[in-house]
Amino acid sequence: MGKNVFVTKYSQLPVNLGKTVLIGEKNIALFKLSNGKVYAIENRCPHREGVLAEGMISGEYVFCPMHNWKIGIVDGVVQEPDEGCVRTFPVKIQNDDIFIVIEDLDSQSIKYPDKCVYNESFNE
Amino acid sequence: MPRQKLVIVGNGMAGIRCLEEILKIDPDRFDVTVFGNEPYPNYNRIQLSKVLQGDTVLEDITLNSWDWYEKNDIRLYPGETVIEIDQDNHLVKTDKNRITPYDKLILATGSNPFILPLPGVDKKGVITFRNIKDCLKIIEYSKRSKDAVVIGGGLLGLESARGLLDLGLNVKVVHISDYLMNRQLDKTASHLLQLQLEKQGMEFLLNKKTVEITGNEYADGLKFSDGDELKADLVIMAVGIRPNIKLAEENGIPTHRGIIVNDFMETKIPDIYAVGECVEHQGCCYGLVAPLYQQGKVLANHLCEEKTDGYTGSIDSAKLKVSGVDVFSAGQINEQENTKTIKSYDGWGMTYKKVLVENGKIKGAILFGDTRESTHLSRLINKEADVKEYLNTETEKNSETSVVCSMQDDEIICGCNGVEKGTIVQAIKEKGLTTVAQVKACTNASRSCGTCKSLVADLLKLTIGDEFDSTKKEEPICECTTMTRDEVVSAIRTMGLTNVREVMNVLDWENKEGCSKCRPAINYYLNMVNPSHYVDDQESRFVNERMHANIQMNGTYSVVPRMYGGVTNSDELRKIADIADKYQVPMIKLTGGQRIDLLGVDKEDLPKMWKDLNMRSGFAYAKSVRTVKTCVGEKFCRFGTQDSIDMGIQLEKKFEGLNTPHKVKMGVSACPRSCAESGIKDVGVIGVQGGWEIYVGGNGGTKLRTADLLCKVKESGEVLEYAGAFLQYYRENAKYLERTSAWIERVGIEHVRDVLSSKETRDQLNQRMDEALSTIEDPWASVLSNKETQKKLYQKVYVGGNEK
Repeated sequence: MGKNVFVTKYSQLPVNLGKTVLIGEKNIALFKLSNGKVYAIENRCPHREGVLAEGMISGEYVFCPMHNWKIGIVDGVVQEPDEGCVRTFPVKIQNDDIFIVIEDLDSQSIKYPDKCVYNESFNE
Repeated sequence: MPRQKLVIVGNGMAGIRCLEEILKIDPDRFDVTVFGNEPYPNYNRIQLSKVLQGDTVLEDITLNSWDWYEKNDIRLYPGETVIEIDQDNHLVKTDKNRITPYDKLILATGSNPFILPLPGVDKKGVITFRNIKDCLKIIEYSKRSKDAVVIGGGLLGLESARGLLDLGLNVKVVHISDYLMNRQLDKTASHLLQLQLEKQGMEFLLNKKTVEITGNEYADGLKFSDGDELKADLVIMAVGIRPNIKLAEENGIPTHRGIIVNDFMETKIPDIYAVGECVEHQGCCYGLVAPLYQQGKVLANHLCEEKTDGYTGSIDSAKLKVSGVDVFSAGQINEQENTKTIKSYDGWGMTYKKVLVENGKIKGAILFGDTRESTHLSRLINKEADVKEYLNTETEKNSETSVVCSMQDDEIICGCNGVEKGTIVQAIKEKGLTTVAQVKACTNASRSCGTCKSLVADLLKLTIGDEFDSTKKEEPICECTTMTRDEVVSAIRTMGLTNVREVMNVLDWENKEGCSKCRPAINYYLNMVNPSHYVDDQESRFVNERMHANIQMNGTYSVVPRMYGGVTNSDELRKIADIADKYQVPMIKLTGGQRIDLLGVDKEDLPKMWKDLNMRSGFAYAKSVRTVKTCVGEKFCRFGTQDSIDMGIQLEKKFEGLNTPHKVKMGVSACPRSCAESGIKDVGVIGVQGGWEIYVGGNGGTKLRTADLLCKVKESGEVLEYAGAFLQYYRENAKYLERTSAWIERVGIEHVRDVLSSKETRDQLNQRMDEALSTIEDPWASVLSNKETQKKLYQKVYVGGNEK
């Protein structure tokens, strides 16, 4: 089971502008999309470690500010012609509070995107 | 020998084309004066409906610029109407009491829109559609109207109706006949046309005779002969045109429907000629451009005493210029007893073809849905070709190849301008042309109505093959849409679009959310079109422009404060050094643009550093005017001929922070040694004895390019004037992310020189530039004055107590 970590208020999170969230050593990009949904993904592009929180958001995708890789915000999957994936973190919203669910990194139950093979370099 | 005095009454397409032909034959023969009652240079009237439809903008339909008149020594009196002709003394008099003598007089007065003599036609909101003024009026009215009615279901009526749809109005077309375009089409074609236009959103009231326009000061509706009424707050009267013969009539020049002329365009009065829509030749008046151009050519030859067979009349042909609908008609269109027809009809694909044959000769044709055969058919009809000739080409034709393959070299591609296939192919080969625009510039093909553009494109493909494929069509701005940069910008202008989302919605983006390519581009275009009112869309900015700092590999940023002309002082340097220490800046480096870069700054520290620095942003991160690099100049350098530092500072102060399609780097050197590398700058200035040379389009980056000389000027004020005009022209015409170097390669330095050679144009460009400049704020100061932005963009969320 993961741990619910409170991060910020839903009402204070800007739409379509990523937020950098630091939980311990973990660097997470938090997004509130134009459809109102909130997602959290690892704030690191698998290509050259670009900070995804600063990327331009288009629907359910974010463009990495470094070299314009297009990454699915919902599933963390890098879009063609590039490939790879970033970790996703479950998000819970209760009233106005946003929680990110953090699981123990060593546990086997870490959720990685279905389509992706786990990449060693993700391990922190 | 003194030059003969030629006076042309009318500054439209026919008169000026005739004049162009004269200048081609013998440029020194006449001393030319032109009177035109519109306050514009000669423009392409045919394209007005395209302006209304948002496919092009007014600036782009000018055929002969003010410069052209000046260069050819033509005295033009725009906005002045000739009201009297004194035949005995060979004089004309205008409404401004100007009296001008002539040896030869050409009447090219065109035609007037016909206005039905109904009660209420003088109310506000009842507009004809004939000239630029009407066009602007309609656009103006469309902003406060909802329900538009067009009276007239002919060519002009339908074209303007489509324009009104594009302006966002409900459009109903009232037509007196029981089918549309009844003068050019048969019922079958008309039916298909109506279906197609209904799909686009037009409504039709056929068999309706308008008897009154109702309303008080403004029109509010129409009444019909059958007692029906219709609500309307904008009424376009488009029932037809009549030759404008008033001047001729009042001055004893024989007229009938038009001014009567013989095969050499001579009126019945010696030394007075007439050409264009105002003319009646053998009982016929023409309202289409091709016959008018033929007449112009005949008259030019005749006046220059060149051999000419004279004008022998033309076959009427017409094309409807409504996007998404292809209709063509020429010659005889209705069957008679002794006619036979070749027909094909595809109700599903909505195409229809009818070719009329009389005694084995091709006499007329109607095409709907697929009009690629139109120029070929026009030619066959014009020469009354044997039907066998048509049938032969029919069987030869392979559906994959364009009709241009089977055309003879002497066949006309551009009907308006009479340009033959052979002429175009020769120009493509000899001059190495690769685009439709180049063919247009070199041969006149597609310069008027533009419908032969696809044929010209096919010819290019046929002639140069794959080489053309890559340049064939302007690329769409990204994969989210099929629209090109020009189409998007023109839609923004004509439809008055105001934000990125609206542009993507209204223009039917396939990817509704846009992408990182199109959104910043749209954001730029919107700002460029309307700098005073546009609100920048932060979500559509690249990280650097949103954060006002350059993002680095590890997610930190760099800070580059403004240092005008690369000049600093000890206090400033001390302050920067202290701040670098305070924030533990990992690297301090001098940039290529003569300033200081503080690298490796955490985003949360950015606003704090800016506050401490209390300097303006250097815009080192933006698609904007960056820096002006300068050499030491005459103040210290023994070779310096000018004060390059001062010039550089003036330039930088004026243009700092200006939004541009891509970054703009400038340099000012005080002598041709060019220590500021002016030869590889977007705008590079080099001081010489007694003046300055201005270079543009240089690039020292990815694609090394030597700048082109734009011009030489004397005063530093002129440097600012030319730089301003150049940058504004670049802003208005380049694609987003196109550097000046690539842009100039694309449009040609001659073109840019040509445009900027007119003082009037420069002034207008600078005026728009000033508007853009007046809206610029220092972004660092803006962020510092807005706590909300600071929080939204620069603050991170910390969980677990590791906050700084």
